[in-house]
Amino acid sequence: MAEKLHFALVSPEKELFAGEVDRVDAPGAEGDFGVLAGHAPFMTTLKEGRVHVHNNGGQRVFEVHGGFADVTPQGLTILAEKADEVVL
Amino acid sequence: MASLKEIRSRIASVQATQKITKALQMVAASKLRRARDAAENARPYAERMAAVIANLAAGVSGAGAPPLLAGTGSSRRELVVVATADRGLAGGFNSSIVRMARDHIAARTSEGREVKVITVGRKARDQLRRIVGERMVASLEAGASPTFEKAQEVANLVIKRFEAGEVDVVTLVYNRFASTVSQVPTLKQLVPAQVEGAGPSLDLKGAAYEYEPEESAILETLLPRNITTQILAALMENQAGFFAAQMAAMDNATRNAGELIAKLTLIKNRTRQAQITKELIEIISGAEAL
Repeated sequence: MAEKLHFALVSPEKELFAGEVDRVDAPGAEGDFGVLAGHAPFMTTLKEGRVHVHNNGGQRVFEVHGGFADVTPQGLTILAEKADEVVL
Repeated sequence: MASLKEIRSRIASVQATQKITKALQMVAASKLRRARDAAENARPYAERMAAVIANLAAGVSGAGAPPLLAGTGSSRRELVVVATADRGLAGGFNSSIVRMARDHIAARTSEGREVKVITVGRKARDQLRRIVGERMVASLEAGASPTFEKAQEVANLVIKRFEAGEVDVVTLVYNRFASTVSQVPTLKQLVPAQVEGAGPSLDLKGAAYEYEPEESAILETLLPRNITTQILAALMENQAGFFAAQMAAMDNATRNAGELIAKLTLIKNRTRQAQITKELIEIISGAEAL
């Protein structure tokens, strides 16, 4: 597998996730999108939905209610107004 | 000198007080841990939010920047949000916030600016009401523990007044939680948003930032949310600071009560001894007289 993406998911209550992952799928306000390592700088608002975090063939899912996604060369940061992990 | 009975009842009363202060101290200590964890957990969000805004602000400076970021071009009318706790028994915790707010309001007023006040927490309302009078436009309770909803309620009040064009500058006064033994009254400017000090600007390695929807639309939703975040962070710091201050104050009170009990016990024993001696003398001289 190639480079990893640094991903952080934070809500006002706590940091839910921080670490290196393969891919993240998130519900953008203007359509769902996926982020891999080396994505172009990009910022969007999020709508209600699920964030899928793929790593080493496994995945973790978080339910988010509104927020922002910010992609920089350093990685992806999601600032969620409310977020909870969905137990699969 | 007080009678033995009086001293005994005073000792009992001080002991009862000590029991209460000790219980309050232990309650504060256990709540402090939770409040401090909550404040620390909220920090990453606030920090990243600040970084994102600094990032965006660099791109939209100049004309066309939203007023929440750039200001209204004036600083004549100021809204001061004063956040304290609902309760007392925490040493100088609430008073130090109120003192800072009062000085700030006085300074601004003497500069000829128009000041309005919103209070969060019963203590701020009670202590400021007399001083600012009509200029207190709203007051809320801090509640048992700071929540996102509470912060949003405060933020909405602030934004409503700003958007109605009633104020130019918004500042927030609260106690920053420096450590368990030190809470620092802090003045923070909410509007126009302060973006400096958020770290070096991002190296995009030549790529252009893409926005979805466009920059201004994102900023328009992000800036109000930033105010909510800052208020929430302040409320959480206040909460942690309050319990730390209460713990220290109650620890002191418990110790003072202990000293008082020791002193009263000494007096009680001396009085009792004196009484016994007096009785003995009476018995002996009575016997001799026979």
